[in-house]
Amino acid sequence: MTMLIRLFWHLALLLGLSPLLLGVIAKTKAGFAGRKGPPLVQPYYDLARLFRKDMVISRTTTWLFRAGPVAGLTAPLVASLFVPFGAIGAPLGFDGDLIFVIYLLGLSRFCTAVAALDTGSAFEGMGAAREVTFACLVEPTVFFVLIVLVRLTGSFSLGGLFGPALAAGWHTAAPSLMLAIFCMLVVTLVENCRIPFDDPTTHLELTMIHEVMVLDHSGPDFGMILYGAAMKLLLLGAMTVGLALPVSLGSAPLDAAVFALAMLLLAVLIGVVESVIARLPLLKVPQLLIGTSLLSFFALILLLR
Amino acid sequence: MENLANLLLLLVILLNFFILGSSRLGACIQTAALQGAMLACVPLLMHPISGHTLFLAGSALALKGVVMPWLLFRAIRQVRIRREIDPMIGYVPTLILGTVATAGAFIFSDHLPLVAAHRGSLVIPCGLATLGAGFLMMITRRKALTQALGYLIFENGIFIFGLLLTEAMPLMVEAGVLLDLLVAVFVMGIVVNQINREFSSLNVENLSLLRE
Repeated sequence: MTMLIRLFWHLALLLGLSPLLLGVIAKTKAGFAGRKGPPLVQPYYDLARLFRKDMVISRTTTWLFRAGPVAGLTAPLVASLFVPFGAIGAPLGFDGDLIFVIYLLGLSRFCTAVAALDTGSAFEGMGAAREVTFACLVEPTVFFVLIVLVRLTGSFSLGGLFGPALAAGWHTAAPSLMLAIFCMLVVTLVENCRIPFDDPTTHLELTMIHEVMVLDHSGPDFGMILYGAAMKLLLLGAMTVGLALPVSLGSAPLDAAVFALAMLLLAVLIGVVESVIARLPLLKVPQLLIGTSLLSFFALILLLR
Repeated sequence: MENLANLLLLLVILLNFFILGSSRLGACIQTAALQGAMLACVPLLMHPISGHTLFLAGSALALKGVVMPWLLFRAIRQVRIRREIDPMIGYVPTLILGTVATAGAFIFSDHLPLVAAHRGSLVIPCGLATLGAGFLMMITRRKALTQALGYLIFENGIFIFGLLLTEAMPLMVEAGVLLDLLVAVFVMGIVVNQINREFSSLNVENLSLLRE
């Protein structure tokens, strides 16, 4: 029974909250620019509209092109069942699921990249190459952060790494955890193609990375990609929030409310970052990502001392 | 108080990383100044406040936080350079070397035969790491000005070591060290100007080509 309640809260938060985050980010950016901006629920309208539309599929593509969006939607959905949302524990979990979750996200990225290559467009191939390069550079940071958490809590399952399990860690290793939060925030920005690493609103520009890969998708396929991206934002955001907020209030609705509030604050923070920081030159990004990896490595050294 | 001092020392290490990875001279000078100013506050947090520690903190704050950055900023204004263009070793390898040096400092200081009171404290690994960062900076950069900055960071490392000895070290020694540093930076400012006038560039390897 508790298992079912947990699953319900988890899916409700995941499916209901994730598009709202995109709306909050857009609203924050509009506020900074002095515009009124689209309504907060605009992403829901966009998704509903996309799912009603027809699709145009290029004749040169194969089934790989159709498989990309499906993996892009299902992989984050399955992965987020292993991640605790604030104090609401993860419905599923086993020892070592942290590696499983990270590589599920890797699988969705692989499928998106393969679908982009399948169109045979040189432009999309370039975007795929960039996306995969940055993903390689982010991976060490994620794993160093997770190693720090494993070392602190002694658990090998994501369910035991975040949230209330960390409360004791904040007393003994606060500096390491602060570095870990910063690194996780950078990972969230990179993995979700946010400024300063990639601009999600550019279209048809030589510098864009993620958007270029999905240029040929339309209709329901594009809707699946958008929804999957929103879930991925929620998933990685949940890891960041889980690091920063090691409290539990006891009752599920209250915990869900606290988590939703924290996620919205994170979305506002992302909006502020996008408004005040200029996009980095493409060649500077690897330098910054390696720097972040080294920072997370330093967090591990501090902890091991 | 001890916790706050540890936090400042950790920030000093993070600033080391920033300086090693940044190519903008202005940002590097500001970071070095911030590092010096933060270090100047540490003796007040670690030791009981007396005339000695107050003088040490005040003079370090004035020299490292204000006077030397001002001298260096004046130097880059005069020679009109903003960036270190091509260092001997790139920024990313320097950063990796810096992290390895920092990790080495933490491991090494665990094996040192220290007084019981200093065991487990952050002062020694932080001092070693800052020394390493200063060394790296002096070795890898070509411009005379960034090398002077490396020297400043190196001295910050020595200052961190000095924190352990504040009560034992006579005032005159510390005043002498700070004065030496000031003179060195002052002279470096003049040298930078001269190199620039002679070769219209600040790369120090030009100096080794003078064979007449």
